[in-house]
Amino acid sequence: MTSPVSNLRSDIAAELRAHALWIRRRSFQMVYEAQLGHPGGDFSATDILATLYFGVMRYDPSNPRDPQRDRFVMSKGHCTGAFYSVLARAGYFPEADLATYMQPLSMLNGHPNRNYLPGVETNTGPLGHGLPVATGIAIAGQIDKADFRTFVLTGDGELQEGSNWEAALTAGHRKLENLTVIIDRNRLQQGAGTEDTASLDPLDDKWRAFGWHVEIVDGHDHQQLLDLLSASPKGRGKPLCVIANTFKGKGVSFMHDNVAWHHGVPNKDQYEQAMRELV
Amino acid sequence: MSAAAPSKSDLFDCRDSFAATIEALAEADPRIVTVVSDSVGSSKLGGFRTKFPDRMVNVGIAEQTLVAVGAGLANGGKLPFVSAASCFITGRALEQVKADIAYSNVNVKLIGQSSGVAYGELGPTHHSIEDLAWLRLFNNMKLIVPADPWQTAEAIKAAAAYDGPVFVRVSRMAVPALERPANAVFEIGMAETLIEGVDATIIANGTMVHRAVAVAKALAAEGISARVVNMATVNPLDEAAIAAATETGAIVTVEEHSVRGGLGGAVAEVVVGTNPVPMRILGFPGFVPTGSADWLFDHFGLNDAGIADAVRQTIARKK
Repeated sequence: MTSPVSNLRSDIAAELRAHALWIRRRSFQMVYEAQLGHPGGDFSATDILATLYFGVMRYDPSNPRDPQRDRFVMSKGHCTGAFYSVLARAGYFPEADLATYMQPLSMLNGHPNRNYLPGVETNTGPLGHGLPVATGIAIAGQIDKADFRTFVLTGDGELQEGSNWEAALTAGHRKLENLTVIIDRNRLQQGAGTEDTASLDPLDDKWRAFGWHVEIVDGHDHQQLLDLLSASPKGRGKPLCVIANTFKGKGVSFMHDNVAWHHGVPNKDQYEQAMRELV
Repeated sequence: MSAAAPSKSDLFDCRDSFAATIEALAEADPRIVTVVSDSVGSSKLGGFRTKFPDRMVNVGIAEQTLVAVGAGLANGGKLPFVSAASCFITGRALEQVKADIAYSNVNVKLIGQSSGVAYGELGPTHHSIEDLAWLRLFNNMKLIVPADPWQTAEAIKAAAAYDGPVFVRVSRMAVPALERPANAVFEIGMAETLIEGVDATIIANGTMVHRAVAVAKALAAEGISARVVNMATVNPLDEAAIAAATETGAIVTVEEHSVRGGLGGAVAEVVVGTNPVPMRILGFPGFVPTGSADWLFDHFGLNDAGIADAVRQTIARKK
């Protein structure tokens, strides 16, 4: 099992920035080559994913079903550009496989499949599925008094799915301190702002009312994410909700906070400009 | 793994058999947990809760989370039996059954309780006569419809032993124990020929099997030799038993389910691809009116007279 957290936290933050840059570049290349994908959400989630996989979680890519592994559930299953990039970077499968993204017979579906790819815990894609499954994983850990932690990354628009709130009730009721939900709060859903569609604010109050401990962070600040997510959950007595304020399309000027890039794909000029910016 | 075949003519609630079996299995297998949505009593799991209080997860009235938590528990190393009223565990949570259980291909057992029209008077919201049609679309999910207490126990044991998604459709309707040889065994995907016959075959499952047996015995008195096949597994089907049934030249299917897409539809898909013969599918036409389960069976011809008529009429269609 890797245990990458050390005392050299500022060094780690620098490493996380490097990982995140690589993930943004690689995922955008995948989307450009496939002419399919969800690059805006890939970029809002990238720093969270990099921090989890290279700063927080314990896992062994050569033993992906180790019973004691920390679990990560990608509830926003459409953001596979970033998710597959981070899994490849972590060593679950060869980076070369990323070139097959969404090609016929590829293991790299538009949405992740656990039976194709090591490192995927459950098949997602339809929204509102990750937190309920992650709640079940955390309950198994609670029953066994196991040390593993379970992390789930959801979109914010996704929280309009009622299944999340069913699971939030159960997780709060059972005081699942081994469970952490991270909300990629980019404030944009497919076609408009969350607050212009079915408003979520005050989002922190909602989670507190369901029995969760809530923290609000800058979802692009690796140091903040690292400090919060790597802290031991023991004794908290509640599940943790991290509202990570992010920007859709973070890292590329013309995509920044732009709803058109939810599932927009770049032409050659846009791709080349983005790659000039992602350095 | 077969028990001595019961021969009593008493009537049984198969939920009792489910509950006794899961308690016994849980004694031996610490991985087993039950997951319920405020459905402890209706699943007859009060005894399990008393014996294993830390191994029952009650998510409240929340079927999407019920099914998803089952998937998560399997990920965490448990062997979950997720139990709730069949109408809700299937219809209400259908996308979780699809994505989290079937498509993810996880080792979760779904127990659909009080299936069919057991809640007759409560109306179609609480009937579960669509469940097999919905779940039959998930090709990797085993679907078992036991006919009596012995087969319910064997189905639960087989589900526990199989590594993958299974749905067991349990009835609360009183049924007799079927007569079987002492060496009877249950295997997923293996049909059971209860009565041999050459003029027609009645293929039934669940609560309809004992009725099919009674009809075949009555028809014998008028010189009609009807085979009775208990097709307890709807997925995968015992295609050899269906192919053999076509050799009798006439097939009648009987199920406590809609005539659309259930056992009858499944059998017909095999029959048209092998040896087409006259068929009749008995079941419910769709949403049904208010009435007790027994009234509904009589009203829609799922009784001795109705099944016998269907057999005679189908034989008459032989060329």
